[in-house]
Amino acid sequence: MGVEVLSVSTDSHFVHKMWNDHELSKMINKDIPFPMVSDAGGYIGTLYGIYDEDSGTETRGRFIIDPDGVIQGFEVLTPPVGRNVSETIRQIKAFQLVRKTQGGEVTPSGWKPGKTTLKPGPDLVGNVWKVWKVEEAFE
Amino acid sequence: MAEELKPGCTRPEIKREKKEEITENVIEKKEVKSMVKVGKPAPLFEAPAYHEGKFINVKLEDYKGKWVLLCFYPGDFTFV
Repeated sequence: MGVEVLSVSTDSHFVHKMWNDHELSKMINKDIPFPMVSDAGGYIGTLYGIYDEDSGTETRGRFIIDPDGVIQGFEVLTPPVGRNVSETIRQIKAFQLVRKTQGGEVTPSGWKPGKTTLKPGPDLVGNVWKVWKVEEAFE
Repeated sequence: MAEELKPGCTRPEIKREKKEEITENVIEKKEVKSMVKVGKPAPLFEAPAYHEGKFINVKLEDYKGKWVLLCFYPGDFTFV
């Protein structure tokens, strides 16, 4: 897919090493393959609007940034609920398709690779019902 | 006696002394916080990181030309 992952928390890079060495590497039998960034003081988190000053931690913010450095999508959750990685991958694949076709194809609700895309234009106005079924949103 | 902390996903709140009383004559500095928006440039940053046995310096700018997934989380050794 060609996506670079960066994880960020307010922990120091030393603590990141400890977490990698003593827990995460045991889950995946190798080192965490992406840089674990240290954001002491929540400077980066503040820039992205997801730093919680009361607890001094970052909330679960996730940002998809395209090759031009533009944010294409984000999702922010409070700490007790984990993310859906498959959904993130689906969104990245959708954004990559749109970029590849330079907006010639767009992805309707529920789109997955191989499913119906829409080609925006005058002919599509009022005719989405002919090329895309509501059920596809729930597949 | 020190209070035992309940295990949880969030770090306990840092309690700071309220300084509101003494700031009444000080002109309040209001920082204009611009929330990030989709379709707009991602704020650039540079920070230390740990990556496969090495401590490195990560610059978001260096990732131009690549798709980036930037993931924040509350803290190392959290459960979720």
